[in-house]
Amino acid sequence: MFYRENGQYKTSYAADQQMLPILQDRVLMAGVIVFAFAVVPFLASDYLFLSLLIPFLILALAAIGLNLLVGYCGQISIGHAAFMAVGAYAAYNLALRIPQLNFLVVLVLAGLIAAAVGMLFGIPSLRIKGLYLAVATLAAQFFMDWLFARVKWFTDYSSSGSVSTAPVEMFGWKIDTPTEKYVFLLAVLIVFTLVAKNLVRSHIGRAWMAMRDMDVAAEVIGIRPVYAKLSAFAVSSFYVGVAGALWGFMHLGAWEPLAFNLTLSLNLLFMIIIGGMGSLLGSYFGAAFIVVLPILLNQFPAMLGIPLSTAMVSHLELMIFGILIVFFLIVEPHGLARLWAIGKEKLRLWPFPH
Amino acid sequence: MRQAAKTRLLATAAGVVLAAAAVTASAPAFSQAKEQFFPVLSYRTGAYAPNGVPFANGYVDYLKLVNARDGGINGVKITFEECETGYATDRGVECYERLKGKGPTGATLFHPLSTGITFAVTDKSFNDKIPIVTAGYGRADSVDGTVFGWNFPLGGTYWDAADIVVQYVGKKEGGLDKLKGKKIALVYHDSPYGKEPIALLQERAKMHGYELLLLPVTHPGVEQKATWLQIRQQRPDYVFLWGWGVMNSTSIKEAVATGYPREKMYGVWWSGAEPDVTPAGDGAKGYNALVFLAPAGQGAVHKDMLKYVYDKGQGTGKKEEIGDVLYNRGLTAALMSVEAVKRAQVKYGKKPLKGEEVRWGLENLAIDQGAIKKLGFEGFMTPISTSCVDHAGGRSATMHIWDGKKWNVQPGVYEADQQIIKPMIRASAEKYAAEKKIAKRDCAKEQ
Amino acid sequence: MKKNLPSIVLGFALLAGLVAPLATGASDPGFYTEVLLGGLMAGVLYSLVALGFALIFKASGVFNFAQGAMVLFAALAVARLAERMPLWAAILIGIVIMVALAWIIERLVLRPLVNQEGVALLMATLGVSYFLDGFGQTVWGSDIYKIELGIPKEPVMILDGMFKGGILVNKEDFVAALVAAALVGALTLFFQKTATGRALRAVADDHQAAQSIGIPLNRIWVIVWSVAGIVALVAGVIWGSKLGVQFSLSQVALKALPVVILGGFTSVAGAIVGGLIIGVGEKMAEVFLGPVLVKAFDLAGGGIENWFAYVLALLFLLVRPEGLFGEKHIDRV
Repeated sequence: MFYRENGQYKTSYAADQQMLPILQDRVLMAGVIVFAFAVVPFLASDYLFLSLLIPFLILALAAIGLNLLVGYCGQISIGHAAFMAVGAYAAYNLALRIPQLNFLVVLVLAGLIAAAVGMLFGIPSLRIKGLYLAVATLAAQFFMDWLFARVKWFTDYSSSGSVSTAPVEMFGWKIDTPTEKYVFLLAVLIVFTLVAKNLVRSHIGRAWMAMRDMDVAAEVIGIRPVYAKLSAFAVSSFYVGVAGALWGFMHLGAWEPLAFNLTLSLNLLFMIIIGGMGSLLGSYFGAAFIVVLPILLNQFPAMLGIPLSTAMVSHLELMIFGILIVFFLIVEPHGLARLWAIGKEKLRLWPFPH
Repeated sequence: MRQAAKTRLLATAAGVVLAAAAVTASAPAFSQAKEQFFPVLSYRTGAYAPNGVPFANGYVDYLKLVNARDGGINGVKITFEECETGYATDRGVECYERLKGKGPTGATLFHPLSTGITFAVTDKSFNDKIPIVTAGYGRADSVDGTVFGWNFPLGGTYWDAADIVVQYVGKKEGGLDKLKGKKIALVYHDSPYGKEPIALLQERAKMHGYELLLLPVTHPGVEQKATWLQIRQQRPDYVFLWGWGVMNSTSIKEAVATGYPREKMYGVWWSGAEPDVTPAGDGAKGYNALVFLAPAGQGAVHKDMLKYVYDKGQGTGKKEEIGDVLYNRGLTAALMSVEAVKRAQVKYGKKPLKGEEVRWGLENLAIDQGAIKKLGFEGFMTPISTSCVDHAGGRSATMHIWDGKKWNVQPGVYEADQQIIKPMIRASAEKYAAEKKIAKRDCAKEQ
Repeated sequence: MKKNLPSIVLGFALLAGLVAPLATGASDPGFYTEVLLGGLMAGVLYSLVALGFALIFKASGVFNFAQGAMVLFAALAVARLAERMPLWAAILIGIVIMVALAWIIERLVLRPLVNQEGVALLMATLGVSYFLDGFGQTVWGSDIYKIELGIPKEPVMILDGMFKGGILVNKEDFVAALVAAALVGALTLFFQKTATGRALRAVADDHQAAQSIGIPLNRIWVIVWSVAGIVALVAGVIWGSKLGVQFSLSQVALKALPVVILGGFTSVAGAIVGGLIIGVGEKMAEVFLGPVLVKAFDLAGGGIENWFAYVLALLFLLVRPEGLFGEKHIDRV
């Protein structure tokens, strides 16, 4: 009843091509953003910020990055945590060695370095594809894990191989309370989402999708695979690299190479598959799901007052997590984003379904 | 129809998740009870469970014992909650955040039980004002209380451990100068934990002229064939083992397989418990490891434990495992925590205390032989005496040898040489303070 | 001829790397042989896990990440059951459990996911592996358990006269190699000679064609997952007797991934040969190349074996995208 596009005529190309063509969507989106900026900071507790919201925002950014590669360009990567690590270590070294750099510059440079490394490891995609490529990206994962653990320069000759960062400061603003971090990350995420949204609607995004849907056909109609695939790797790694730098500086504060291990890579992949491949909104859903679910499962028995041993709870967490993954894949293989779309469709017809 | 049913199913699932999320978000309000809250970070699953479980059992059992036997700490009841970290840094940080605000006065102190988690929460401790106690692990430079205001590596660090092993080996050779030209291999867990001793071993290598071979083993440590092939090639005179969990038993098994004498293997105190040697069977005979505070065995406190906790069916683990090395280490870790609270109560009164108040207790711990005996820990602990500057309070250890059935403690207590370690700590702590822009504390003013 | 040039160059480079330690005198022949043998033995174990991967991929197109969890689960089951009964009985019951598991997976996971993309199936098997990790630890416990095959663990010296210092070998490793060889032999017979085996190969070649001539796809899947489960059990028992049965076993299976790329996803022979190549390659690299790298770049320790296998596999892929024994794939528009 309320969610109708009736009467909303488009009179210009610009209006026809805008990101959210339906007025209700625009209102909803504006509402969400206002809520996130103006209301959440006053409501949420420190625990909520530090354990759920901040990881969620950063991982959503990483998930968008991975989604650009896997969901839009069709190149599977199981090694994306490696590019997060590149971003994190690049940012650490930039901030350490050139202390006068603004943090935003550090972020962008870290992203660019990650993009370069990502392109390097994207080269195999020109020869191989599908699951073969997926396993090949594992090479990036293990090599980077090793590199940062072994080359002392990257960790500033720290005796334990672990690095720690100073609190982030820019334009005289010291970002150290959870609320400040949240606001900063939210702003970064929104900017990057906007960029991503426009990228996938543009020439380059369409080239990626053509590559994904059928690479040979795309080549026939004049899309150069080298350009399309490597640009996808570069942009994706840029996003993930920035996310990695934020993960290190804003979330962990101190980390070791293990912080960016295979588990994180797999979690990123879970996010985009559960959330929905080829959907930016899905990346958000997926990140929320994967961040919240394990923590929730872990606390659930205690909240219900079921006395279970810690070990039992953790085992149950693993089992239920596994079952839920399979369950979601079976029930809705296109992810939560698809569910959202179905819900919207239903809403359009409501309350008269026929 | 199918589509509709599917949607309904999913909607229900999503609803449940949301509802649960709402419950989590609204943390229940706590009554101002006379309770002291102890957060317990443990790992009872995953690759490190065989070692994590006995430690956690010991720790929790002692808290239970204090409640059952003494009615709490001077009438203040102990409450605790366990949180599973799985030895993973990110989960550990989440656990820390989850538990730090619980109880009427917040978390008393944290034992992160992993060097990686220690590094991550050290940063947070400055804001949260909650002590991080790392008994026998953590950052070696955190002994310096003027920089690391909230870290307490009670009883010694890895630099102390490495120093003591070198001393022990030197004594066996007939003097530290005899180490010249010898080859020592360090087989270590490839993580901050395993890398921590390297700096000291290198320092000692410069002094005594031995050659140090570094052989990292990747988590979780079941792939060591190449490592031991290298040992067979290089034939080091000694192998120091800095492993954790399944890595330890694998090392000993590979030593058997490559014929390296176990008598020449020296483990750190985290590589010297029952789960480390029993899987290797007879092969582990002759293997040496450090003892940190508590060796295996039973004493007065274990009698109390059986009487007050286990006989009432309140025990956390199995009765037979009481007195195992790691169980006892959990006990002493809990003991030091409880004693710190007791000490702080002298100053702040017999009420639930904040982390900040407990820190004063940790900085003024004085557990001497008499106190140890009174507490029922005779033979299971060495004296500890901390100050604002010195957050370790003790740095001695002994060696024990596995004879195929049990650990035999060797005579002689060894003390780490502070002349070497102190300057290293100072340099490292200064660097950290500069990097993090930390204002140093002035201990003279605070006392 | 010209097309094969990269393969030839890579082959020669590898060969050169293989003989370099001997040629430059970095190692005496005795020790070199030992490393070679050690690599081969590790390779046999990788092959066993890779075999499970290849079987399942061949028949159902699923990239089974849960193979490692299956190895752990089977090993845990055998180890715990063997505490109460003789080992052979424990292994038999273990086999029954693995077959039941295969059936459940086919019913609850594979069948509803028919025709999904490869990556979705991969994630589903990851879900299965999470479940098995949790379930296994709940049912069987999370300590380190022992499996005693009754083989002496002390090393023996052989060829003392031929090389200085002799060559150290373990009987255990030889038994493992023999078992693996027997398993491969049995599997080959099963595939070549039995009706089920032939049906299986038909399914692997073309699902639809196989189904249209009346081969029951679902049953074939159950069989293939059962066989993979049994292979996992053998791998788990051998590995478990060597290292102890513990949670970490499931992670060793990651080593099998480069093996399947190298050998080709669908080839049983590829899994075996690939395993041996990876095993030898990574041990050689760690022992001989590692120290050189450490010295040259002032690294904090070696440990290159963790990525060496993957990089090796990656180089291979660039030269031969279908792997050593994989089928060549040609795209047509």
